[in-house]
Amino acid sequence: MIEKPLGPLPLDAPVPGSSFTDLLESLGAAPVISIPPGTTLPSVPEGTTVLALRYEGGVVMAGDRRATEGHLVAHRRIRKVFPADRYSAVAIAGVAGLAMDMVKLFQVELEHYEKIEGIRLSLEGKASFLARLVRGQLPMAMQGLVVVPVFAGYDDKEARGRVYTYDVVGGRYEETDFGSTGSGARLAKSYLRTAYEDGMSGEDATATAINALVSASTEDTATGGPDLRRGILPNVVRIDALGVTEVTDEDIFPLAEAAVENIK
Amino acid sequence: MTIPFYVAPEQLVRDKAEFARKGIARGRSIVAVDYAEGVLLLAENPSTALHKISEVYDRIAFAGVGKYNEFETLRKAGIRQADLMGYLYSRDDVTAMGLATAFAQTLGMIFTRDPKPFEVEILLAEISDDGAEHRLFRVTYDGTLYDERKYVAIGGKAEQLVEALAELWSEGMTLEQAFTTGTEAFRRAEGRESEGWEVAVLDGGNGRRTFRRLDPAEIGSG
Repeated sequence: MIEKPLGPLPLDAPVPGSSFTDLLESLGAAPVISIPPGTTLPSVPEGTTVLALRYEGGVVMAGDRRATEGHLVAHRRIRKVFPADRYSAVAIAGVAGLAMDMVKLFQVELEHYEKIEGIRLSLEGKASFLARLVRGQLPMAMQGLVVVPVFAGYDDKEARGRVYTYDVVGGRYEETDFGSTGSGARLAKSYLRTAYEDGMSGEDATATAINALVSASTEDTATGGPDLRRGILPNVVRIDALGVTEVTDEDIFPLAEAAVENIK
Repeated sequence: MTIPFYVAPEQLVRDKAEFARKGIARGRSIVAVDYAEGVLLLAENPSTALHKISEVYDRIAFAGVGKYNEFETLRKAGIRQADLMGYLYSRDDVTAMGLATAFAQTLGMIFTRDPKPFEVEILLAEISDDGAEHRLFRVTYDGTLYDERKYVAIGGKAEQLVEALAELWSEGMTLEQAFTTGTEAFRRAEGRESEGWEVAVLDGGNGRRTFRRLDPAEIGSG
């Protein structure tokens, strides 16, 4: 149980270091990491395709909006791409509830570290920490509740965008050009493999990311294509030296329209 | 076996208070000044590495004078508390009022219970999101909590600074004007030029996290 918010503050940190996750764990408030053995798995919404690709001076990240529960569409407008801090973003695929919890913890972790230490974690440091969170989910993953993120950000030391993908056990892989995860990842990647060009502009990269999602959605039923009538469009963020910017629906709409128009 | 000397509680409290006040008076002061878009925090601080002003939460900033390690301990405890509450409940549930009360209780408990009180004074600033007046709190070494408006000063020269600010402060200042007002108040209170400024703002135009550190040279020129 968490100590009551009122009353004197505990001056000694319950754990050494500046990690918020460690703090939560020491207080017994960390997210639950296993379900009792022998119990049957509940059916839960799962998020599908997200991707990130590098361009000249930054990185763009995009995700569709669908969550599925078995063969049904559970949500049409969920968000799977989140700014992690000012210079990085994380996108998630897998069990939506657990994944969103992981993102929330990751966001607080980065901000907490920055405030306590007075300095931001390096991009490499953030990517490593996310790997730890993914590995923490392993007991759940063994029981079928898998969460696999993509992480991308702007590395100010190297002055370029970087993309990291993960596996279920918390393995972390830096991608040279692009990365994707989720049910439609294979389809998205095979599109990107032919469409990707070195030194693309941010605008071209944004259009390519949307095309890749549309391409994945034509064959993977779990990936939601743009729904122009209802105005359900992919979430896209761009990260460069100035930080994370959310691409607006007004900017995405013509790109999504063109992608839907041109797909065979 | 030694028999402890009897010391009257009045004497004990007086001695502790005097000790704490002396410690605080040795350090440099800090002011917070309300301006049109937010709150400016200004500290005389020759060091660019050791900060006296820091971000606590989306709309809340912290400043401390006195012994560095002591207000640093309080600052970190405050951030832990704020982040925990914001994570467990909602970001809107973290308020400067709640934190100021917690700081007051902490300092009050240390003052009465520990042989050595903390030689610190704490300032918390919070900007409102609905255009209402911004809130400024001051917590002294013995845990007394003051709710201030418009401007506040902490540290050895706090009284003189508040006197100067009473004359200089006006409603709806720009950031530049607030900075000039703050530096002028220091000049009057200290009777000398500063050895370096540490400047930060809580400004509604900065997005969710309203705290930004500023370079004093840039404010002067811009």
